[in-house]
Amino acid sequence: MSTTTARHEFAPAAHPTTWIGHLRGLLERKLPYEKLLPETQPSYVASWIYVFGVATLGALGVIVASGAVLAFEGPAWYHVSHTGLFFNSLHFWSVQLFFFFMVIHLFGKFWMAAWRGNRAKTWITGMLAFVVSVGAALTGYVVQTNFDSQWIAFEAKDGLNATGLGSWFNVANLGQNLLIHVFLLPAIIAVLVATHVLLVRVHGVVPPIDAAKVEAPPVPTVPEREGVR
Amino acid sequence: MSATTQETLEREPWTGPTRHYDIVKEGVIATFVVLVLTVVLAAIFSSPDDPALTFQGWAKSAPDNLYATTVAELAGTSDSATYGPPYNTNGDGQAIGPIAPQKWAGVHQPVDPPNDFVINPLSSQQQPADVADALVTWTSASADVQAGWATRYDTALNDPQGANGDATKVPAGVGGPVPTLATGLVAMATSGALDSVLPAPGQFFTTDNTKQILFLGDGSYLDDAGTANHLQGNEWGMMNETGNFPGQQWLAPFSFWYQLPIFNSDATTGVAATMTANADIYILAIIAVMMLLVIFLPYIPGLRSIPRWIPLHKLVWRDYYRSRK
Repeated sequence: MSTTTARHEFAPAAHPTTWIGHLRGLLERKLPYEKLLPETQPSYVASWIYVFGVATLGALGVIVASGAVLAFEGPAWYHVSHTGLFFNSLHFWSVQLFFFFMVIHLFGKFWMAAWRGNRAKTWITGMLAFVVSVGAALTGYVVQTNFDSQWIAFEAKDGLNATGLGSWFNVANLGQNLLIHVFLLPAIIAVLVATHVLLVRVHGVVPPIDAAKVEAPPVPTVPEREGVR
Repeated sequence: MSATTQETLEREPWTGPTRHYDIVKEGVIATFVVLVLTVVLAAIFSSPDDPALTFQGWAKSAPDNLYATTVAELAGTSDSATYGPPYNTNGDGQAIGPIAPQKWAGVHQPVDPPNDFVINPLSSQQQPADVADALVTWTSASADVQAGWATRYDTALNDPQGANGDATKVPAGVGGPVPTLATGLVAMATSGALDSVLPAPGQFFTTDNTKQILFLGDGSYLDDAGTANHLQGNEWGMMNETGNFPGQQWLAPFSFWYQLPIFNSDATTGVAATMTANADIYILAIIAVMMLLVIFLPYIPGLRSIPRWIPLHKLVWRDYYRSRK
């Protein structure tokens, strides 16, 4: 190989033949930079309800940061350290806020019928993120290593055992639950949330339910049909 | 904008009026506000941390209950001993008619209450001579003889017309080595030794608390503490927390079903008794259906139209609707 290889400017192939070329083409079509990082939004994106989605993300960030500190110090640290108790409290309250914001976000999106216009996958990934978060919270409660975790482990085992899941997901097994809580479920949530946010950017914020009437009042619109739009 | 249908508006990139909107700035500000709010809440309210219960605490505050529970473990009459999968085969677990996933899953975390809770912990420590002798007597006997001793003693101890829970009133000689073993385990718990030995006698590492949780739950000590903290399932305990802290509020749709009399009945026969005995699997089945309905709501006729029938969206987009009139 020559040590004086000339620098080339590679123009993207119009018809890529490689997997990576197809992936690049897909991303360029579905998610160009102006969609990914827009400086404007439709005029209807003007309500406090839109804040709760991003507030949920903010709370998730605080959960991860405070949880990382707790993970490095171990699950029993906060029992014996004031600093530990403070970080545990940050983790506890950020989880409460996370669910509070997420539930408002969910209700808001329901009443906005935010799945319209081919946005069903956005709704589904959001709901899945909620469901997995409930599991993450449950495992968090059983790794507190205090009375509450004893009680929750004893009570929750019956429900899990009744479904057969308890054979593999044992809430009385501290080691298993620590791993699930600290790595597995956060990783799944991260993937779901990232997918959810990217889908929002791909499809844009759903227009108001009566947008057509507002945008073109004199022209009769086609009757809305039942279905996923 | 010309003859644009609602469907086109929803599917195509927006071509109507826009406004400046910096989502990165919004995200940074939101995260900062949430962080400040979290710090304030943490600083003012702290977080719950009631110490874990211990077998030593149980032995000191309710020794008779620990004694009776130990006897029940040896006799195979405790909740754990009769639980079934995933711990043992001494029960079938919960089911909805012929649908019995608990039974189908089988035994994956074997727990043998007489040995795991009583005999192995006692055997792992140096014991007084009478307890050591009782251990030899017990382990030398056949399973049938062991069961006979333990069952006779368990029956005599809990006879409402007899001892009624008072071990001193059980006639001497009933139960062979059982009373000595139970006394030995209570003494071991009182010293604190049982807490560290129970999860894995003779092992260095312990990460699994299944045996401790099951044994603790077989007596009244854990249950009484749950009641005192308003954590019982029939009082919305699933979403309660110790003290005055918020618990898992997001489990409200789950906890709701446990409040219904049909899943919370004292009946011993009939539909209510069956539904209560199998409440967990019935309620989880209901929750699974509800969850699927919500997850796939965009595809479900009727449900997906509710926001059109009850137009709360007019509140969300009131500025837009007003400005475009």
